[in-house]
Amino acid sequence: MPSPRYWREIPSRYRLEATRCGDCGRVAYPPRRICFACRSTAAETIELSHEGRVITSTIVHVPPHAFLMEAPYALAIIETPEGARMMVQVADCDPESVQAGMMVALEFRLIRKEGKGGILCYGHKAVPAYPMGGEAEAELRAGETEVAHA
Amino acid sequence: MACGGSDLVLAAGVEKMTDSPDVTEVLATASDQETEVYNGATFPGLYALIARAHMAAHGTTEEDLAWVSVKNHRHGALNENAQFPRELTVEQVLSSAPVSEPLRLLNCSPVSDGAAAVLLCPLDQARQYTDRPVMIRGAAMATGSMALTDRRDVAFLDAVEAAGARAYEMAGIGPEQVDVAEVHDCFSIAEICCIEALGFTPLGEGRHCARTGETALGGRLPINTSGGLKSKGHPVGATGVAQAVELFEQLTGGAGARQVAGAEFGLAQNMGGTGASSVVHILQAT
Repeated sequence: MPSPRYWREIPSRYRLEATRCGDCGRVAYPPRRICFACRSTAAETIELSHEGRVITSTIVHVPPHAFLMEAPYALAIIETPEGARMMVQVADCDPESVQAGMMVALEFRLIRKEGKGGILCYGHKAVPAYPMGGEAEAELRAGETEVAHA
Repeated sequence: MACGGSDLVLAAGVEKMTDSPDVTEVLATASDQETEVYNGATFPGLYALIARAHMAAHGTTEEDLAWVSVKNHRHGALNENAQFPRELTVEQVLSSAPVSEPLRLLNCSPVSDGAAAVLLCPLDQARQYTDRPVMIRGAAMATGSMALTDRRDVAFLDAVEAAGARAYEMAGIGPEQVDVAEVHDCFSIAEICCIEALGFTPLGEGRHCARTGETALGGRLPINTSGGLKSKGHPVGATGVAQAVELFEQLTGGAGARQVAGAEFGLAQNMGGTGASSVVHILQAT
């Protein structure tokens, strides 16, 4: 991604800024001036919670060049409590353990290095919302599948 | 041509994917760079997310996905122009290498070289060029959201439904009148989503169709008689025209061992990216 564009997107990428439609309430991430659901221009900027729930996920075994060292990794669509959806990697856990309904926290992380200079590009990755393993996890996760949806 | 600017047009598609050193990354440019590719998404990865969402919503299984490949390879084995004209078993598909779970290598269309062309002209001149012209009855395009996160339902392809609805309206027919169809099976899950969005089967029922033989040759509505993108090959720039070529063969009785007896209406559905755009054509035999 060219540097000017990367800089332009810092508010949404670093602070998780989104827009909520003043008419229909739909939340857009990244932010948009025109609501993609109802075309209203009455958008207010909001900051998303750093948490969410996995909507759907996969484990990427054949990665793009920039992610060669990370494969296999879990990639998921998550939904924040505000209703914003975003695509993120789910890190710090066994990729096999990631499934719809899982609660995650969003952490600011290095995402990739670009170009020959290896420019560092940051963003957010999801991590399990609670310590993995043991009874605590099993208890917390018991309720997850009931609310899982596509 | 419809505007009268030309009365004889060659519509051709060509692709040489084997010349590219990294096809996966080139293909990924058809998806959302900022929110998807930035975070490590690949094309198989995006369709895998659709597949898992479809599994959660409709109970689709990896075996259902495998049957789509098995069915299309059975068709492709009868097509001398197919890239991989050989049959597969469900076991072979399920034991192939994982690419992006739940999709395996044999759930993915291949890297292909290929070309296809069709000659178009006004219907009243068609007999000058062929004894067996085929009529274009419907042609429509629709777009949807590029990013999966912007869609109402990750497991449903809005653009395919909209393009199909417009093409049906233009042709004056419904999905139940289609006799043979070519749909965009770039990954097994895509065929399931496409036949649901085109109204060939109720939502959530698409997963059964390949296994029961409903969409196989001899079934209620044969889908991808050419072998589809999976077996015939997916030279991206040629795929849409190649679908029209297969329909031409079917509607003129020239499909040999793959012939659908008495086919009158054929439908071709092509799409871009993960269904961000879709084009549907409906052709009729004369």
